[in-house]
Amino acid sequence: MATAPVLPGGFELPLEPRLPRLGSVDAVALEERAASLATRSIKREAKLFALDLAIRVMDLTTLEGADTPGKVAALSSKGIRPDPSDPNIPSVAAICVYPNLVPFAVERTKGTNVKVASVATAFPSGQSSLEVKLLETREVVEAGAHEVDMVIDRGAFLSGRYAQVYDEIVRVKEVCAGRAHLKVILETGELGTYDNVRRASLLAIAGGADFIKTSTGKLPSSATLPVQLCMLEVIRDVHEETGRVVGMKAAGGIRQSKQAVQYLVQVYETLGLAWLTPDRYRLGASTLLNDVLMQIRKERTGRYQNPDYFTVD
Amino acid sequence: MTKDKRELARRQDKAPIATAWDYAPAPEARDIVKIQERYGLFIGGKFVEPESGERYTTIDPAREEPLAEVAQAGKADVDRAVRAARDAFANGWSALRPSERAKYLFRIARLLQERAREFAVLESINGGKPIRESRDVDIPLAAAHFFYYAGWADKLEYAFPNRKPRPIGVAGQIIPWNFPLLMLAWKIAPALAAGNTVVLKPAETTPLTALLFCDVLRQAELPPGVVNIITGDGRTGAELVSHPDVNKIAFTGSTEVGKAIQRTLAGTGKRLTLELGGKAANIIFDDAPLDQAVEGIVNGIYFNQGHVCCAGSRLLVEESIYETVIAKLKRRMATLRVGDPLDKNTDVGAINSKQQLDKIGALVQAGIDEGAEIYQPPCKLPERGYWFVPTVFTNVAQSYRIAQEEIFGPVLSVLTFRTPDEAIEKANNTPYGLSAGVWTEKGSRILAMAQRLRAGVVWANTYNRFDPASPFGGYKESGFGREGGRHGLEPYVVLDDA
Amino acid sequence: MTKRLPVQKTYKLFIGGAFPRSESGRTYVAEGANVARASRKDLRDAVRIARQAGGGWSGMTAYNRGQVLYRIAEMMETRQAELAALCSGADEVAGAIDRMVWYAGWSDKLAQVIGSANPVAGPYFNFTVPEPTGVTGILAPEPALLGLVSRLAPVIVGGNTAVLIASESHPLVAIELAECLATADVPAGVVNILTGLRRELAPVLASHMDVSALDLTGADDDAAELEKLGAENVKRIVRGRADAQSPYDIAAFLELKTVWHPIGM
Repeated sequence: MATAPVLPGGFELPLEPRLPRLGSVDAVALEERAASLATRSIKREAKLFALDLAIRVMDLTTLEGADTPGKVAALSSKGIRPDPSDPNIPSVAAICVYPNLVPFAVERTKGTNVKVASVATAFPSGQSSLEVKLLETREVVEAGAHEVDMVIDRGAFLSGRYAQVYDEIVRVKEVCAGRAHLKVILETGELGTYDNVRRASLLAIAGGADFIKTSTGKLPSSATLPVQLCMLEVIRDVHEETGRVVGMKAAGGIRQSKQAVQYLVQVYETLGLAWLTPDRYRLGASTLLNDVLMQIRKERTGRYQNPDYFTVD
Repeated sequence: MTKDKRELARRQDKAPIATAWDYAPAPEARDIVKIQERYGLFIGGKFVEPESGERYTTIDPAREEPLAEVAQAGKADVDRAVRAARDAFANGWSALRPSERAKYLFRIARLLQERAREFAVLESINGGKPIRESRDVDIPLAAAHFFYYAGWADKLEYAFPNRKPRPIGVAGQIIPWNFPLLMLAWKIAPALAAGNTVVLKPAETTPLTALLFCDVLRQAELPPGVVNIITGDGRTGAELVSHPDVNKIAFTGSTEVGKAIQRTLAGTGKRLTLELGGKAANIIFDDAPLDQAVEGIVNGIYFNQGHVCCAGSRLLVEESIYETVIAKLKRRMATLRVGDPLDKNTDVGAINSKQQLDKIGALVQAGIDEGAEIYQPPCKLPERGYWFVPTVFTNVAQSYRIAQEEIFGPVLSVLTFRTPDEAIEKANNTPYGLSAGVWTEKGSRILAMAQRLRAGVVWANTYNRFDPASPFGGYKESGFGREGGRHGLEPYVVLDDA
Repeated sequence: MTKRLPVQKTYKLFIGGAFPRSESGRTYVAEGANVARASRKDLRDAVRIARQAGGGWSGMTAYNRGQVLYRIAEMMETRQAELAALCSGADEVAGAIDRMVWYAGWSDKLAQVIGSANPVAGPYFNFTVPEPTGVTGILAPEPALLGLVSRLAPVIVGGNTAVLIASESHPLVAIELAECLATADVPAGVVNILTGLRRELAPVLASHMDVSALDLTGADDDAAELEKLGAENVKRIVRGRADAQSPYDIAAFLELKTVWHPIGM
């Protein structure tokens, strides 16, 4: 088994006997704190700041069986220049696609700051052999993906085979190392408890994750505010204890500007300003962008907007 | 690369790295509330001029601006109010069908819900508490209290097996300034449900929501004299306590005044309930869910500027996690937003009065002088108004005044312990016994701690939760009698043999 | 034939399970006997001992406490004649014994009748349980036996400990009862009985800062003054009926503790 990268004290291998003692989470209090932060009233310049930021940290995503090179190209264009009529609107952080579509996204975003992220490791279920997962990762990295969004093996995690989960992350990380950033998807909707979310977050960080990510977006229950808060608290603990910086990606179910602002407020009040950058925070979304654009124009003009004025890509 | 793309890249590189995210002011509109220039006393269903001829000014503590002139009820005014309550008691209210009494209370609950925003804004203006709390806690709970006790009005015989409950008569009720409308609800709802009539005196500094409540009574068409509201300072309260035709006194406030009331009533046979001060321990074990515990600590002491009798003002931390907890706490404190109570993003509002601000300041100075280590997060306070930065003292000895006396402000004293026995001993080592908190993942330890803590309310893995169905009240010098739940009816009934 | 000279009993105090004389060495005459005249110091000792006994007594299972009270009734039953000779007679004794049995059965029902589970509007489990107040001072009312038992039993069945001042004019039956208590598995210090002069002892009891509650059912015109003294540490003060028999009389000496805990996965 590979050796672990920088670990908070007490997190050393072997992991199995230690993981259950890595701190616990009270579900009710966590949800109450998340709900309380969600009541922040963000207005005017503060709201424009958040909406602009929401675009800059966005992983504009398409992960459909029906995806085609044309669809990916169109989405990439949208991500580079979300609102052609307004030059002040920034580009998104990345375009997130399936492995076979990486070359088309790379081609279209060349010369821009927009990154290409690819899901990998038998997304979304992770139910495949390690060899296949590594091969897939290698392919997308070689195709030019800047970022790899891998899934953990939830079956292994839930049956207590933590070492296997850890080992897979370490091996995928080895493939990415120096070439692509690794985001580790926990698929929190399948983990059952916040204690497990905390545990899986630590496991992913220990395995070398650059980002930890909530969900695949393929489950009815995706990112939620309490789940993100739980993960942010892990990131905070690791940072406090070791200085290591880990990014956060919330994905799935974030469709409205109002939600995006709530997620950003939570990051701001939990980890501070330093995390409000695409290097440390991402929002994974497929349909959020137009709502944000509408809200920005509403803030600027004072008029409520009509979706037909915003391109559907 | 196209020109367009180069331009984009240039702009992206120049994308400003944020140096701050200042939330824009998000004030709740004040104009929902109409404050009159002057108020009379609400006696016999209408506002009357005080016979005392005395008035005083009630202010907005966040702006130090006058809001209205209110009456200082004198002896004759108190007497008039008690007579009105007696008349109402004798001539209808106590004989009214209980199901009809219930409907009046349901009406009041609904009216409070309908006018919730108005009450929340007024509560924040007159008391200084953040609108987030008056909106989300005070007013909804006040309405819920009326709704809860409304349902009891025609079921009293089920609350007291083998007894025939009947109302006591006229209840004199004196409430504090920390939760003005909520304390009014805690007092009035069970009293009316049991068939009593009421003379209530709101706190000197926070009379306005009680006076607005009179308009709810008008809308509810409550018979005149069933509820009478008289404003004034401690002198008014003393007159009410010693009035011979008051059958029951309910008081929430300081232990010092509570003792004086108990002495005054000695030998009179009048019924009494007291809800007094506290110096609660909030105990954190090393296996606690720490981030949630920190939220509990913050909610325990900085909720309502610490103007809470059950505030978790003594933090007891197991030594092995002391540094972690303090670091987390300090970081969290730095995110507290102190300022305009009407701003929807404010976490900590204004101190209720100059007098209270001075008291807090004096005790904090005593803490510094005694050698405790003070921490206050960087915090920009408004120039006018009464403010106090959320404060934590570490290195506190059990003997320090800040560990013994009720500060009633946003000031936390931190002590440590090594074993559960030591935690219990320190927690119970106070004349007070209102509340306590305990944070641990271990179920058996929670129950053992809950059993051994001498306090009327024990919050395990939570803090400062309130509900109309949940009895609240103290052990020892924190008072006697319960408010809330079935037990909250008992102070307002006489139990005849069935 | 010479008449046998009876052995007379010395009536002493009952403190901490023992029968000491007053530390002052004083007695007073009541019902034709020299009765111990407890001093302020005796009272102070009794309160201290009652406080110490509180933890063990309240920590017993309710089932055990009930058995102890029942055992008191058993001991009283075997001393019916002695008790009857010192009060109004057999009827009063029978009433007192039956009352003790009645209260014995309450110990393990109190929490169910007085406590509650409270349906709060949120994800919390919330319950209320009765707990003893602490050391309770009792001025025993007349009639000397039935009044005493009626006020003592509800105090101790809930887990409180008691410092009881017996009827000044009829103290003997109280000491006779103490002998029942001493042989009835009542842990030392749970009940302490003082005889002596009310006007000396009652104010000391009422003002004692480590007495948590007062039963003034037996007080006379001094009640107002005693209540005033009791306010100094916010004592729970009860003026009940000498012949009462109800769970409400137990509840009067109980605190209610409400515990909250979140419900979450």
